[in-house]
Amino acid sequence: MATVDEARPPDARADDVLVAVRNLKTYYGLRGSFRQRIFGRESGSVRAVDDVTLDIRRGEVLGLVGESGSGKTTLGRTLLGLVPATEGSVRFEGEEITGMSERELRRLRRRMQIVFQDPHASLNPAMTIEQSVGHPLEIHGVAKGAQRRQRVAEALETVGLSPAEQFIDKYPSDLSGGQKQRAVIARAIILNPVLLVADEPVSMLDMSVRAKILQLMLHLKHEFGFTYLYITHDLATAKFFCDRIAILYLGRIVEIGPSEAIYEDPKHPYTKALLKAIPEPDPRRSVPRDLPRGEIPDAARPPLGCSFHPRCPAAFEVCGWESRDLRDLLEARWARMAEAEYEAEQAVLGDMSRLDESSTSFRLDAGSGRSAEEVAALLARVRSDDPAEPFWRGLRSIREIERHVEVELNEPYAPRLLPVGSVQVECNLYDEDALQQVETLAVSGS
Amino acid sequence: MAVTSPTDTSIQPRRSRLPGVRRAFAPVSEARGMTRTMLWLGVGITLAFVLIAVLAPVIAPYDFDAFEANGKRFPQLAPPSRDHLMGTNVQSTDVLSRVIWGTQTELKVVIVSLIISIGVGVPLGLFSGYFGGKLDRVLVLLMDALLVFPFLLLAIVIAFLLSDRVGQGILTAAIAITVVYIPLYFRVVRNHTISIREEPFVEAARALGARPLTIIRKYVFFNVVQNVPPLATLNAADAILTLAALGFLGYGIQPTEGAEWGYDVNRAVSDAASGIWWTGLFPGLAIVLLVVGLTLLGEGLSETVNPVLRKRPVAPVELEAAHPLEGEEQ
Amino acid sequence: MTSEPVVSVRDLRVYYGTLRGTVRAVDGVSLEIGEGEVLGLVGESGCGKSTLGRGILGLLPEGAVTDGEVLFGGRNLVGMSDRELRKFRGPDLGLIFQEPMTRLNPLMRIDQHFAETLKQHEPGLNDAEVRRRSLETLGRMGIPPTRFKQYPHEFSGGMRQRIMIALALVLRPKLLIADEPTTSLDVIVEAQILSILADLRRDFGTALLLITHNLGIVAEACDRVAVMYAGQIVEEGDARDVFSEPAHPYTRELLRSTISLDTTELHSIPGAPPNLITPPPGCRFHPRCPDAMSVCATTFPPQEDLGGRRRVFCWLHTSDERVGPVDREPLEREELAVAEEA
Repeated sequence: MATVDEARPPDARADDVLVAVRNLKTYYGLRGSFRQRIFGRESGSVRAVDDVTLDIRRGEVLGLVGESGSGKTTLGRTLLGLVPATEGSVRFEGEEITGMSERELRRLRRRMQIVFQDPHASLNPAMTIEQSVGHPLEIHGVAKGAQRRQRVAEALETVGLSPAEQFIDKYPSDLSGGQKQRAVIARAIILNPVLLVADEPVSMLDMSVRAKILQLMLHLKHEFGFTYLYITHDLATAKFFCDRIAILYLGRIVEIGPSEAIYEDPKHPYTKALLKAIPEPDPRRSVPRDLPRGEIPDAARPPLGCSFHPRCPAAFEVCGWESRDLRDLLEARWARMAEAEYEAEQAVLGDMSRLDESSTSFRLDAGSGRSAEEVAALLARVRSDDPAEPFWRGLRSIREIERHVEVELNEPYAPRLLPVGSVQVECNLYDEDALQQVETLAVSGS
Repeated sequence: MAVTSPTDTSIQPRRSRLPGVRRAFAPVSEARGMTRTMLWLGVGITLAFVLIAVLAPVIAPYDFDAFEANGKRFPQLAPPSRDHLMGTNVQSTDVLSRVIWGTQTELKVVIVSLIISIGVGVPLGLFSGYFGGKLDRVLVLLMDALLVFPFLLLAIVIAFLLSDRVGQGILTAAIAITVVYIPLYFRVVRNHTISIREEPFVEAARALGARPLTIIRKYVFFNVVQNVPPLATLNAADAILTLAALGFLGYGIQPTEGAEWGYDVNRAVSDAASGIWWTGLFPGLAIVLLVVGLTLLGEGLSETVNPVLRKRPVAPVELEAAHPLEGEEQ
Repeated sequence: MTSEPVVSVRDLRVYYGTLRGTVRAVDGVSLEIGEGEVLGLVGESGCGKSTLGRGILGLLPEGAVTDGEVLFGGRNLVGMSDRELRKFRGPDLGLIFQEPMTRLNPLMRIDQHFAETLKQHEPGLNDAEVRRRSLETLGRMGIPPTRFKQYPHEFSGGMRQRIMIALALVLRPKLLIADEPTTSLDVIVEAQILSILADLRRDFGTALLLITHNLGIVAEACDRVAVMYAGQIVEEGDARDVFSEPAHPYTRELLRSTISLDTTELHSIPGAPPNLITPPPGCRFHPRCPDAMSVCATTFPPQEDLGGRRRVFCWLHTSDERVGPVDREPLEREELAVAEEA
């Protein structure tokens, strides 16, 4: 196997940037109604990656942490050019990748590789290990025949599939999950890439096998100096492996900084929730109770303001309250009630579908035969039953008009990624301007 | 855990030539029960016919159009006898010989039609499935339109149209059948390609920098091709039936080119009224047997290849009472 | 144990016949689950825990042979005909799976799912009762009544899993078996579902057998834990005790190799789980056990009660007179070939 030196261009500085991402957006078009589909038109888009800016420095391990729907997988693939970017820039070793043709990208593929999540599906079942692991050599015209076999054998030994003879002619179905993942890693490193993207490389493996694969990846990093982008939803393995961590939520970075800072002093409420939710085999712990409610929202229609606000225990006046939050609030309340009570309350309200349009100023119709006062009274009751509910902090006014109620909420303030200590956080709690906004609102009276 | 560092690993070249082939046939040897019976029956019958076709010059007592031998003219419409085991027909030709020589004709048609159908249908399906887009949309519409057509009708029309160009014959019949079978291969291969295209290992191949043609060749093709043999056998069965039908209707091959079972059955219709059964029965039986053989083979293969239908081989289990008692030596 | 256990498994064996030999997926397992208790069944993939869960319910594929006893409600479920078992499944024994989308009928609304389940097992209920019970159970799972008439695809993965749990619980079963219920879910949703499962006893009085490979889940949500290896239980006891002081070396090594926020060093267990067609003689863990002794390679260890409903199958804990000092010599063995690594 080649040495570290072959992997770096001659004038590299120790901390220079390998990949520079600026304002990257990757949107997927959604298929719309039947009529739209016939004409091949799309309606709405899923903002899988929604304005991401970051650097990957040579030799570091950057973790991309997020749950499903956070956009981490799409981001990884956009960086490799496997998915076209919608907007923004990705520069790899100085070259702009977005907009490159497949042919141009293929040249770069020697220098950046990916290890996938599912070891059982990442290897072609119709090819032997030699053919699979050796295929990059063939594609890029590096080696053939006996020479290829030799290099494959060396790669297999390096990843711990030793003695290589025992594995080189086998098919993927003959190997265990951990062995398959090693073969996938061998395939990824055989051309001495500079950047390795590892997309959930261990999440489908058993606990004790995870440790082995992570050890292997660490060893490879020390021996060959790879730069890693480690994509995962598991903060525990990320802590072990990464130098810096970026937490993603609904396509945006909400917190990014050095590992120790993230773990010792998490700033963003989502980061804190993620850390608390990790199951620990510690007998003294029990299931955490104060978890954020709900789940990751639909990426095609993200919440207003801060995407995390519907679930955030610390959300306040300007975090982006909208009509859908009221609907969620009412639904959660009704889920806890007996059927009779729920029916009674629901009858007070008319058609609630208007709440689905996310707006800060909306009307709530009274049910048939009901008055606006009853609606207002219902809302007041909901509030008094749980005054600590953050939604109410976003309320500006409720006006009763004839047979409906006009609800006005505060204008949302979209959080910005700002430096706080040694990390950067995108959260209104740390934004002076947002807090200032609250003061202004308080003064103007609601 | 220490990872071994690359030592001087001089590795032996691979021993077996085609391990892939053996693996591809593994499910076949694992087949059990009715599937296995079907498979082996189908193989047996088909192989028997293939042998007959190949050895026709050797085993046929006479030429397909011979009406005399050793200067003696054959009797007309003679019942089965020692000289003519299946009797003779109205043209004084030996029925048995015509059945044997007919096997060659059938197989020629089958082979030509298979080559063309698969040669066109499979690549089209691969490309259409892998690349998608406008090409795919157009092809799918075209192929679906072809499928809607009653295929015998289509075959007759094509045979009619081509008869003055290519001349009635094996090629015409083959082309007629081909046109109708291309959409079937196309559809099966295209659909499977679309699902394979989304598999992680194909994405991995892209990530490695492989060109689309390489990906299709190495990653998609081998995983998709397993659907072709079952379809091919059914294709063959249909081809034979179609040729027989064409021959029956007078659009098959010329009698001077070779023997053809359908043509013979056509001629035998008028014999039946006179109680002459041997001219129609034997060619008819031949058609039925070969088609049944091919169909059995096709169904057997289909069940073997399709993982959903395939039943996992189950062996009998003995529960020994000897669950080791605690603390006992084993 | 103060009251009768809800289910009592005695020496259960489940074997599969394959072309390469008989797979001893579950090879002599005994355990008990008390009323309202949460028992975690933990082990790595291939250890037989899923088979055990399904074996209790009789939901095994063709070709599997079962032996032993599963005592439930005074009857032995092993060997019962499928028809009789069906009477138990649902009203008394519930099962939830890993992939909730594939278990819900995409063409049926949620209310129709509940109606079907309730009407089948409790035909005396009228529509209003069905609705009331369904809404109540769904409400406990956090599913609002306004979504009662929606289709499965309109819900997210976590909500579908809650619906599955509600469907299982609406019949008020005595025992619920959950097979990797949170493995495909994100970590926050997983924690939400676990807190629901942990409260089952309080809300429904249902006992829970939680099958998983994740030790953290078991520590947080279970009262007791049983550790499985190669088709057998190696250790069982109170979750707190087992995790703070594991008795069996496998449990100990498994805990050490679990990566949590406190992990400072990566540990792994050398080698790989054994082939269940020809498992190693004696204690099945001995080829990989750092504390193996000579006797471990020849003889299967007896059950040792460590007090307080704690038991373990390990020679290290027996003060059996039959085992002399010679037998306790550390086991000599060759370095595990690297090729046997997982």
